[in-house]
Amino acid sequence: MLAYLIRRLFAAAVMLLVIILVVFSIFFLVPKWAGVDVATSFVGKQADPAAVQAVREKLGLSDPIYSQVWEFFKGIFAGRTYAAGGDVTRCAAPCFGYSFRSEQAVWPVLTDRFPVTLGLALGAAVLWLVFGVAAGVLSALKRGSLWDRGAMVVALGGVSLPIYFTGLLSLAIFSYGLKWIDAQYVPIGQSFTGWIGGMILPWITLAFLYAAMYARITRATMLEILGEDYIRTARAKGLREQTVIGKHAMRSTMTPILTMLGMDLGALIGGAILTETTFSLPGLGQKVLDAIKNQDLPFILGVTLITSLAVLIANLVVDILYAVIDPRVRLT
Amino acid sequence: MTEPSKIGAAVSEPVSDSPAPSSFLEVRDLKVHFPTDDGLVKSVDGLSFTLEKGKTLGIVGESGSGKSVTSLGIMGLHTAGQYGKRKAQISGEIWLNGTELLSADPEHVRKLRGREMAMIFQDPLSALHPYYTIGQQIVEAYRIHHDVDKKTARKRAIEMLDRVGIPQPDKRVDNYPHEFSGGMRQRAMIAMSLVNNPELLIADEPTTALDVTVQAQILDLIRDLQKEFGSAVIIITHDLGVVAELADDILVMYGGRCVERGPAEKVFYEPRHPYTWGLLGSMPRLDREQQERLIPVKGSPPSLINIPSGCAFNPRCPYADLPKDNVTRTVRPELTEVGSKHWAACHMTQEQRERIWTEEIAPKL
Repeated sequence: MLAYLIRRLFAAAVMLLVIILVVFSIFFLVPKWAGVDVATSFVGKQADPAAVQAVREKLGLSDPIYSQVWEFFKGIFAGRTYAAGGDVTRCAAPCFGYSFRSEQAVWPVLTDRFPVTLGLALGAAVLWLVFGVAAGVLSALKRGSLWDRGAMVVALGGVSLPIYFTGLLSLAIFSYGLKWIDAQYVPIGQSFTGWIGGMILPWITLAFLYAAMYARITRATMLEILGEDYIRTARAKGLREQTVIGKHAMRSTMTPILTMLGMDLGALIGGAILTETTFSLPGLGQKVLDAIKNQDLPFILGVTLITSLAVLIANLVVDILYAVIDPRVRLT
Repeated sequence: MTEPSKIGAAVSEPVSDSPAPSSFLEVRDLKVHFPTDDGLVKSVDGLSFTLEKGKTLGIVGESGSGKSVTSLGIMGLHTAGQYGKRKAQISGEIWLNGTELLSADPEHVRKLRGREMAMIFQDPLSALHPYYTIGQQIVEAYRIHHDVDKKTARKRAIEMLDRVGIPQPDKRVDNYPHEFSGGMRQRAMIAMSLVNNPELLIADEPTTALDVTVQAQILDLIRDLQKEFGSAVIIITHDLGVVAELADDILVMYGGRCVERGPAEKVFYEPRHPYTWGLLGSMPRLDREQQERLIPVKGSPPSLINIPSGCAFNPRCPYADLPKDNVTRTVRPELTEVGSKHWAACHMTQEQRERIWTEEIAPKL
């Protein structure tokens, strides 16, 4: 188990290193090859050449590639100092650089926005796990019944309807129409109930989509597991049916659900762009959308790295849980 | 389905409405039917037998003859956990120790499962839960029926693993099924089924998935444990060698019914049904000339949806035309007594069968 963990952690670290390298190459080298001058875009198109040259020197853009990569790495772990002549800017670790547009430091903005996205993803995940898995199990146990058919039709709807449709619909009904919910984002530190109020519609909208997928997977897996010999053995031992389902069948059913959860959570933490935009949540997704529109490379770089890290961590956690659930995994 | 089966009537014990029988296990006119899109599958269609404590009954037949369905029926596993709309249709009576199981409260039957009657399955790898250790699974089986703490149950599990011949049971108890070899897994399965000292043990093809060398060990183990625990054993197999080794009585099934039943030596040495002859003829034997070919039973098992009218075996029976008036194809033969505690269901006369067996079949075996 320990060896398995160490191996996985090591693999994750190597993966992260590769991701940083690739992301760096894409966002810093490609503009260069494409003939886009990063320094000019930083200063603005009408700037005088001397200012552009100063910025180029300060950001180290004229340095050789390996030196730029090194500075970038060093910035993340030890901070870095931008200097051009007498103009010195100290950027403390972890330093992801400065926005080309607003000259804001990237890292504080990321840490500011990350909790919003994390809260959105985790809250929705709890909802969709509870309702999706429960609906799937019930459908499997009542296969062919009215409930099963109804649930699967609703699930099909959930999978097919886009977020901006269900999201706007829920906003129109519950926020503007019935005025039950004031769909305004409030930081959790300011007011807990306000935070819940602002998040509840995004949670439900996002969870509806995912719950639908999870219900279908759960149903299919549960039906398959119920046909397994070891379920018959569990009954032959004299176990209560609720133990047979809740313990023996559920444990096997959780395996594929967990795999999906790891990937979905990782991807969502990188920014649920549609949901955040629909509900005007100040999360990472919204920011990265802005950054892409403005060609604000340092932000794109920062969000990409955070996303990769989130996916890596989520997958690592899933792999560990996987090994806890299925003892055969430890061998591999 | 139109005419009620009268198999029991030919048996010496009266079947009727008489309450609790004196036998430990008595199955009366058991029918297990499964509705499917293609029609009603009559997996078991009127089966009766009795079994006493300390005795072993071997149920023999081809795949699809209804052996496993019978055993699952006794365990009540056709009705437990049936979630689909199409439920198995079960009728008849199953008396275990004075209780009729089919009409009993399912919750009561559940409590009997594992404690009074236990089952060993064919493939121990798929029959054990891959995510729980051997110990956890045995402990669970014990604690369903005994109000003890985990420590006591674990001690009991180790004791049982030791009893079934697993080396270092105190270490192996924490292994997972995939860490055991095939034979060890079946031993663990046996330990799990015997942990509550059940009075009835049903072994459904317990050696089919195992190496030949391990097969003999497992059969020895079952026999030893039966002597020790004094339980009644039903051993289900398509392998006549297995029943020859273990069984006191043999029941030969064909097309969901019993075609011959009697003490093992009678069924082996004086079989009175052409299907039993076929089974014996298709069994490889060391004392036979190697050049001689095995004699397979011609044709294939009957469809359980459209069971042939008359004798279900008639399309494959070389002697189907011997009885008069085409009776083999129109009238279903009932079990008749052909010797002491020995019954067979065949339209041929006793004399015809005796003659064919002694003159035609036995010399070739």
